[in-house]
Amino acid sequence: MNEESVFFSRVLTELTLSFHIIYATIGVGVPLMIMIAQWVGIKKNDEHYILLARRWARGFVITVAVGVVTGTAIGMQLSLLWPNFMELAGNIIALPLFMETFAFFFEAIFLGIYLYTWDRFENQKKHLLLLIPVAIGASFSAVFITMVNAFMNAPQGFDIVNGELVNISPLLAMFNPAMPTKVAHVVVTAYMTSAFVLAAIAAFRLLKGSNHIYHKKALFLTMKVGLVFSIATAIIGDFSGKYLAEYQPEKLAAAEWHFETEESAPLILYGILDDGEVKYAIEIPFALSILAHFNPTAEVIGLDQFPEDETPPLYIHYLFDIMVTIGMSMVALSGLYWLGKILKWSFVNSRWYRWLIVLGGPASILAIEAGWWLAEVGRQPWILRGIMRVEDAATTSPHVDIMLILFAGLYLVLGVGSIVVLSRMFRKNPVEQEIEDRHAEKGGDML
Amino acid sequence: MTLEIIGIFVLWTFLFGYLVVASIDFGAGFFNAYSLLTGRQRILTNIIQRYLSPVWEVTNVFLVFFFVGIIGFFPKTAFYYGTTLLVPASIALILLAIRGSYYAFETYGSRGHKGYSFMYGLAGLFIPAALSIVLTISEGGFVHMINDSPTLDYEALFTSPLTWSIVVLSLSSVLYISSVFLTWYANKAGDIDATRLMRKYALIWALPTIITAGGIMVELRSHNPDHYENMLNIWWAFALSLLLFIGTVWLLWSKRSYGLAFVLLGGQFLIAFFAYGFAHLPYLLYPHLTIYDSFTNEAMALALIVAFIAGLALLIPSLYLLLRLFLFNKDYVRGKKEDNHA
Ligand code: HDD
Ligand code: HEM
Ligand code: HEM
Repeated sequence: MNEESVFFSRVLTELTLSFHIIYATIGVGVPLMIMIAQWVGIKKNDEHYILLARRWARGFVITVAVGVVTGTAIGMQLSLLWPNFMELAGNIIALPLFMETFAFFFEAIFLGIYLYTWDRFENQKKHLLLLIPVAIGASFSAVFITMVNAFMNAPQGFDIVNGELVNISPLLAMFNPAMPTKVAHVVVTAYMTSAFVLAAIAAFRLLKGSNHIYHKKALFLTMKVGLVFSIATAIIGDFSGKYLAEYQPEKLAAAEWHFETEESAPLILYGILDDGEVKYAIEIPFALSILAHFNPTAEVIGLDQFPEDETPPLYIHYLFDIMVTIGMSMVALSGLYWLGKILKWSFVNSRWYRWLIVLGGPASILAIEAGWWLAEVGRQPWILRGIMRVEDAATTSPHVDIMLILFAGLYLVLGVGSIVVLSRMFRKNPVEQEIEDRHAEKGGDML
Repeated sequence: MTLEIIGIFVLWTFLFGYLVVASIDFGAGFFNAYSLLTGRQRILTNIIQRYLSPVWEVTNVFLVFFFVGIIGFFPKTAFYYGTTLLVPASIALILLAIRGSYYAFETYGSRGHKGYSFMYGLAGLFIPAALSIVLTISEGGFVHMINDSPTLDYEALFTSPLTWSIVVLSLSSVLYISSVFLTWYANKAGDIDATRLMRKYALIWALPTIITAGGIMVELRSHNPDHYENMLNIWWAFALSLLLFIGTVWLLWSKRSYGLAFVLLGGQFLIAFFAYGFAHLPYLLYPHLTIYDSFTNEAMALALIVAFIAGLALLIPSLYLLLRLFLFNKDYVRGKKEDNHA
């Protein structure tokens, strides 16, 4: 085996996916947010919400573009870097991958139509209808691709007899045990993250001097939506833990530093690992048994049950902590904000609270990254759990290192480019200006 | 018809779709950059932006569809092509990424500077060149099995006249297809200057296209006699394609029915593309891989075909809607409707 190719293939895959997932998450969640804003705008006959939808849509085009090109890159890289894996996967799990392209297609077509038909319809609702296929297409891309990833964690739907694949059932492979929790968690976190990213932008505008009611409406709407989805995230995350306990106990055990199989297992939060000893951690009695089995005294399998070379790296504990901490903080942050607005607590309008909301946007993206790293690194050493190891899947081509450098340069250009373009786009055309222009245009008949 | 044939037919059809839409896109980018250089930018930019803006993302999906579909129907191609194509495909990907994103940055974001337009135009020529390498490799002779793993012989590849003729063909057909389409589109938009300019480009690029296409056949005779033999057996298809080519050029020459000219051009490429592909069968990678020994299992094949039919039922009406709103809508094409962009 060519160790260097394996190593660089891993780094390149990690890099591309970690970059793509930022834009993909926004791509999945933002159409829903646009839809909600436009709907509220039509319902309340409030042009601020309509303008909100319109401005979000404008920014969305930029993130979609980067999502599309990096997605194309990862799609092809899977075959270029992991040819042996894709040969096997092609036989069993190609169906959702194939269906995903239809979801993209559907989304791409209607996005083109939606973007170029503002004000073309008398009835705003018709225009809103065009957005529904966009949102469905985006969410289903995530559903289908996550099914593929779920299959990597809990492969089923085939047998291997004498090295030959037999009894293949594409549907069984698609609907594997990892699928329900994984798909639900991924989709819901995408909605949650998009809501908090948009909330962060609104809060930032309010902090930077604009006191326009437009931004206040945007903030309240996005925080409310974010609250709903962050609660859903935590609940489904809990189910993901139960899935792991049942089907991938080594991942859960490594994430929780749960070394010995035992009953009434405590949950370890934070802390560091010093020579195999856990220090400075918070121990919550019975909590791990509850997370794993809904039962405070249930037995939880520990790492002692697995051979050394099939144990995932233990640093995934930190990733788990990051994800859960951010998840819980966001529930608290948006919950307090919502309560505060209703009960007229003044601190939710203070500068420091708005700064926390600004922080919530990048933090949610960080949680997405941590979650994926947890899920993917926690599957190591397997690429297909129990069936194919990562080092057996990689390409034998000796040129992966140069490609890594080229792609790293590309992502740098795309990342910086998208940020520059987005900020220039909105700075040049601030919302106050746009509201005025529209009034001049329409003679103020909208309100 | 066997499942294998249905599978390759579906994929080849989508590749053809990509060939046409992407050629229009790549060529338009090039002409835009070129006219910038010669100070005639105003003539083309409007026309090009009007057509490209709403559809650029759709173009890309055709490509994704092809490479995802081929792994689904013919999983062994992942092993053979995945291993050998790392470098050329990565380069094409990077160019595609730069081109696609800067298109969006420019169109929706800010007016960037000229540099981007040039990069954009040039990338549009390098991408088909890099992608066409796949067709060259599939003719055989460039991939050797070393220690059970396919390895691409770069020296042989870059010194072969076949490689370079296919590269030239890909470039000239991109420019030809695109200029014929834009002639028609500009004419529909009532833009006389642009029509005249694009018609000129179309006539210029017609000749190299047909000459290299013929040249490749001659080269295949020594490079891949099996393929050449098969092509001779269906010579009538290529003859028909040639007739359509003459028809297109004649219409352009006599400044008549540009719409029909584009339809004939579509027919010319469709027939030649399918005849070429049909003659290539059963090989996916000559002589290592055929559609039969690389085919997926029956259960997956059926599932994919069912998904494909269901998908088409969804897509065709949506595509129709897109074309009706932006390609066949007179007011939109002429730019009469006010700017409805978000
Ligand atoms: C905004 C992002 C975010 C937030 C706040 C959370 N998660 Fe998460 N989590 C993800 C984003 C994410 C993810 C990116 O969507 C992952 C990666 C792979 C996957 O299936 O979902 C994930 C994976 C993931 C897994 C591994 C699943 C597997 O490998 O199959 C578990 C056990 C949890 N999550 C549990 C939780 C819990 C108990 C949370 C408590 C609040 C939580 N997550 C918050
Ligand atoms: C269908 C979805 C996915 C597929 C098919 C997939 C495929 C792969 C493959 C082939 C590897 C190589 C194994 C390795 O490097 O160790 C891998 C690892 C990895 N993937 Fe995924 N992945 C998917 C989703 C994601 C997403 C969305 C992310 C987002 C960031 C991600 C992040 C990673 C990371 C960080 C690794 C590295 C693990 C390590 O360090 O060993 N994956 N994945
Ligand atoms: C689970 C995490 C992922 C999510 C949520 C996701 C979602 C998306 C979305 C929404 C887009 C389109 C951008 C847009 O049009 O809005 C996209 C593009 C793309 N993604 Fe991902 N993706 C994920 C991971 C992956 C992985 C692992 C692959 C590789 C198999 C992949 C392959 C692609 C491809 C090929 C495209 C380009 C499609 C096009 O040209 O329209 N994605 N992804």
